[in-house]
Amino acid sequence: MPGFIARRVAAGVALLFVISLLSYTLLSIPDLDVGRQLLGQGAAQDLVDARNAALGLDRPALVQYFGWLAGAVRGDFGTSWFTSENVLRAIGNRLPVTISLMLGVTLVTTVLSIGLGVWAGVRRGAVDKVVQVLAVAGYALPGFLVTLVIVLVFAVRLGWFPAIGYVGIGESFTGWLSTVTLPILSLSAGSVAGVAQQVRGSVIDVLRQDYVRTLRARGLPPWRIVLRHVLRNASAPALSVLGMQFVGLLGGAVLVEQIFGLPGLGSMTVGYTTRGDIPVIMALVMFTVIGVILINLLVDILIGWLNPKARLS
Amino acid sequence: MNALLTVDDLRVSFPGKGRRAPRVRVLRGVSLAIAPGETLGLVGESGSGKTTIGRAILGLTPVESGTITFDGERLDHVTRARRRRLARDLQVIFQDPYTSLNPSRTVGDTLSEPLLGQGLGGREARERVGGLLDRVHLPAGAARRLPREFSGGQRQRVAIARALALGPRLIVCDEPVSALDLTTQKTVLDLLLEIQEQTGVAYLFVSHDLAVVRFVSHRVAVIRQGEIVESGPAARVTGAPGHPYTKALLLAAPVADVTAQRARRAAFEADRRAHGATAQANSSAER
Amino acid sequence: MRHPLGLLSALILTVIVAAVLLAPVLSPQAPGVAALKAAFEGPAAGHPLGFDSAGRDILSRLLYGGRNTLGGALIALVVALAVGVPAGLLAGYYGRWFDAAAGWLVNLVMALPAMVVLLASRAILGSTVWVLMVVLGFLVAPGFFRLVRGIVACVRRELYVDAARVSGLSDLRIVSRHVLIVVRAPIIIQVALVAGIAIGLQAGLEFLGIGSGDAPTWGAMLNEAFKNIQRAPTLLLWPGLALGLTSGALVLLAAALRDGLEDPTGNAPASGAAPEAPEAPASAVGDTADSGAERAALLSVRGLGVAYPHAGEVVRGVDLDVRPGEIVGLVGESGSGKTQTAFSILGILPEGGRVSRGSVIVGGTEIVGLGEREHRALRGTTVAYIPQEPTSNLDPAFTIGSQLVEPIRYKLGLSRARAVRRALELLRQVEITDPRRTFDAYPHEISGGMAQRVLIAGAMSCEPKLLVADEPTTALDVRVQAEVLELLRTLRGDHGLGVLLVTHNLGVVADLCDRVAVMRAGRIVESGTTEQVLGDPRDAYTRTLLDAVLPLEVS
Repeated sequence: MPGFIARRVAAGVALLFVISLLSYTLLSIPDLDVGRQLLGQGAAQDLVDARNAALGLDRPALVQYFGWLAGAVRGDFGTSWFTSENVLRAIGNRLPVTISLMLGVTLVTTVLSIGLGVWAGVRRGAVDKVVQVLAVAGYALPGFLVTLVIVLVFAVRLGWFPAIGYVGIGESFTGWLSTVTLPILSLSAGSVAGVAQQVRGSVIDVLRQDYVRTLRARGLPPWRIVLRHVLRNASAPALSVLGMQFVGLLGGAVLVEQIFGLPGLGSMTVGYTTRGDIPVIMALVMFTVIGVILINLLVDILIGWLNPKARLS
Repeated sequence: MNALLTVDDLRVSFPGKGRRAPRVRVLRGVSLAIAPGETLGLVGESGSGKTTIGRAILGLTPVESGTITFDGERLDHVTRARRRRLARDLQVIFQDPYTSLNPSRTVGDTLSEPLLGQGLGGREARERVGGLLDRVHLPAGAARRLPREFSGGQRQRVAIARALALGPRLIVCDEPVSALDLTTQKTVLDLLLEIQEQTGVAYLFVSHDLAVVRFVSHRVAVIRQGEIVESGPAARVTGAPGHPYTKALLLAAPVADVTAQRARRAAFEADRRAHGATAQANSSAER
Repeated sequence: MRHPLGLLSALILTVIVAAVLLAPVLSPQAPGVAALKAAFEGPAAGHPLGFDSAGRDILSRLLYGGRNTLGGALIALVVALAVGVPAGLLAGYYGRWFDAAAGWLVNLVMALPAMVVLLASRAILGSTVWVLMVVLGFLVAPGFFRLVRGIVACVRRELYVDAARVSGLSDLRIVSRHVLIVVRAPIIIQVALVAGIAIGLQAGLEFLGIGSGDAPTWGAMLNEAFKNIQRAPTLLLWPGLALGLTSGALVLLAAALRDGLEDPTGNAPASGAAPEAPEAPASAVGDTADSGAERAALLSVRGLGVAYPHAGEVVRGVDLDVRPGEIVGLVGESGSGKTQTAFSILGILPEGGRVSRGSVIVGGTEIVGLGEREHRALRGTTVAYIPQEPTSNLDPAFTIGSQLVEPIRYKLGLSRARAVRRALELLRQVEITDPRRTFDAYPHEISGGMAQRVLIAGAMSCEPKLLVADEPTTALDVRVQAEVLELLRTLRGDHGLGVLLVTHNLGVVADLCDRVAVMRAGRIVESGTTEQVLGDPRDAYTRTLLDAVLPLEVS
């Protein structure tokens, strides 16, 4: 197991390096003339040049990249070109918002999709039909459209939750809960649909396995077989779907944070990419990729724990 | 003997499971020869490498070392183009009649495939299909139907017809009857013998079943863990084996006669006690 | 297409696409024409959907917007197909370095959230939506790649592809004849799904205001509507409906296509094949040797019928008896109903199957009509099951030990420590040389013969009186088979077990069984002592079976 984790971490670091190199060089292609943007159209050219030089933008892109990399490996992601904010601190301020969203969505998705999926897979019939229809609806509708409808109904029409804004969990738990409930619901709609569908499929699959028949022949009751054997064997494929959906959730978070006015990484991405603020964009890309790598690693470890056969490879 | 096919010191290995696992040696220097019109039976247990020999001859598995010579020509490292032309001489019948036929193509499509591969036109190929079906005693109408409309035995007849399409000189039969029912098995074996009589084709007949091998083979070779332990005329190897392993295989196979089986069981138990090792110990070592 | 929802979806999509294509004809006015006075106005003559916040005609913007939204998604789709499908074919068919390289690249792309990449690309490429859609195409291409690669890699291992190679077909021909036909349907389905995703992402980008400025799109319309959500929530309706309907119809279409396209191309189940043997003569019914005899104490089956909804009766009036300490063979070819008979004795018939008539007494209890809970109480303790395929009958996720301990604790109520001791003792009983090691092993770590011993130990774990063994040695090599048969003989002797042994192998019957019943097409055609049935068969079918046995003598 330690060897496996070490290999995966090494592969992850290699991936980060390649992505950072590609992103940086690609982001450097357009001539944004940051100095001019900062100082305004009326500024003298030598002032603009001086400003660009101060930001290190007079150097070739590759040199800039390795300068950035040297800082990044020490945990220094530099400062924003446009706001002079420390990038790491800016991200640190916004990270809790996105993390609470992600954790909330994972929790809701896991509980709901396992519940619905197992129920539909074991019972079949009418229950199954309802879950299937819900799954199709959740899958088919673009996430932000679902979000808009949720805002319209629960915030605008019913007024149960605020339509916009965020309260930190440290300030007031109920305040935090009321501001994240709708965003979490909106984000979960799609992932619950996908994962529940997968759970249902694998439950049906496992129920057809020979060993389930043998367990029945041993005189074990159905609930015990489902909870112990079917659930465990069905969760590996469901977990990998959950892992894959995580990447999509990060994208969905961009829209959802924007709609609910949450000060998370998603809304930050929208704000800073439009201006081409390379230090911020790079840090955001790195953090999302690290998040994805960690989640995938976690999923693989869990799958290995659930399925001893997979541990070998 | 003027051999049609000669295999000399054939070695094949596969990459092991896991990253640093050693290669699994499947064949450890196998030699055999088949004369024109002859059937060589190849008997072995699961994991013995018997299927791999057939696949290596057909070019479906890369050869590590050793030679395969067919009609004087080396086959172990032959070009792709030559390999395609070899289809005229070398054919195959696989074990599983359910997966060896493409489920979404009609029997006619499947049978015309080898003909198309040798450059025949579509119409010409289809005309020959009727004759092929007739040779395996299937009605001509079968050409328009899909494999799933046939039983296991009928599908295996289709597979035999496909192998016959180009008039080969050697057919590798890989457990061709082990997925079939007893009564069907017999009729398929009879068909294979009938075809050999008519065409003089040679068979490499791979099977785990000594009785089946004995029924169709002129000579028999016994393979164990990638090595041939014994070979010779079918009647001798399957009737009065020289090697203890062959003897164990023979005594272990139960016969449908209560008195005879009682005697065999006693002999098997005596033999097992004499040689100590159990199949359980062996088979776990093979894993 | 029999699927009504699929038909409806296709219809909706056709209408939407047609309307969007005909935008210049159908629109009341140009999409950019604004009359500020009309802002937020409801439907008016010539403006059936009313006006937006800038006083522009909603219908016109909806129609022209659809061109941009759907057109953008189409670009993404075409790029994804053009990149993903050929790459998947190559990687799946040839494997090796191309597969490794492509796989690595795909993992890289899939680690990137599409929305974030698109936002970053916008900083690089500017705000031209068409270019961003090309990027989106690359981002969703891995979906096609993985799908195609996976299927092709599977098909490549099929025996029929091997047969095609032996037949001398070139790779190009094999791909076009065997591979494309299999990937076709999944690709069509994936196209519908990816189209939905692309439309959603495209609209999402536009919603964020990352669009081509003033050009109308559904996403931009939603953005505008959202800004005015408090004042005029109904503005969300039309673009939302257009987007929802299109995406929904695409996914439903995909589901319908899946039902319609995938089933016939899949490998047909073996059950679809009709047995080659002709129907059994009707005269054999009820004419069995035992029918008048007294019912046996351990297992007694009378007139058993098993029926399935579509197949009808597969077991039609079976009589069987097993006495304590007796091994009875149930012989027949595939499809004869022998396994169904065994399953109904155990009460584990597959979904849809049911006992349609007759009586089955197990250890003194009539089980036909017995409640599931009461029947379950008998399983394991009175009657136990040994399956055919050793490895697939062990749960791969649990160790051998925990699978043995679980029923012991549940059925016998033993403490954990005592159950473990009993499990180890059972492993020793089935002659496993190193019980502790096997106890701790996972099913994939032991050989087939060993797994079959474990299953026998499991069947014995709660001291049953009757064993139902369904082809217990068919999957084993002959030497292992001989040992397992010997083990069954020993267990019968030591525990006075009754055994019902289902098999197709007459040699196994001769080796182990005291009595035998021959089954064909759901009926018992002959039964009696093994010596009598094998030595002096009275039924023609039994004789056919015996004649088909190939001789094997030792000199």
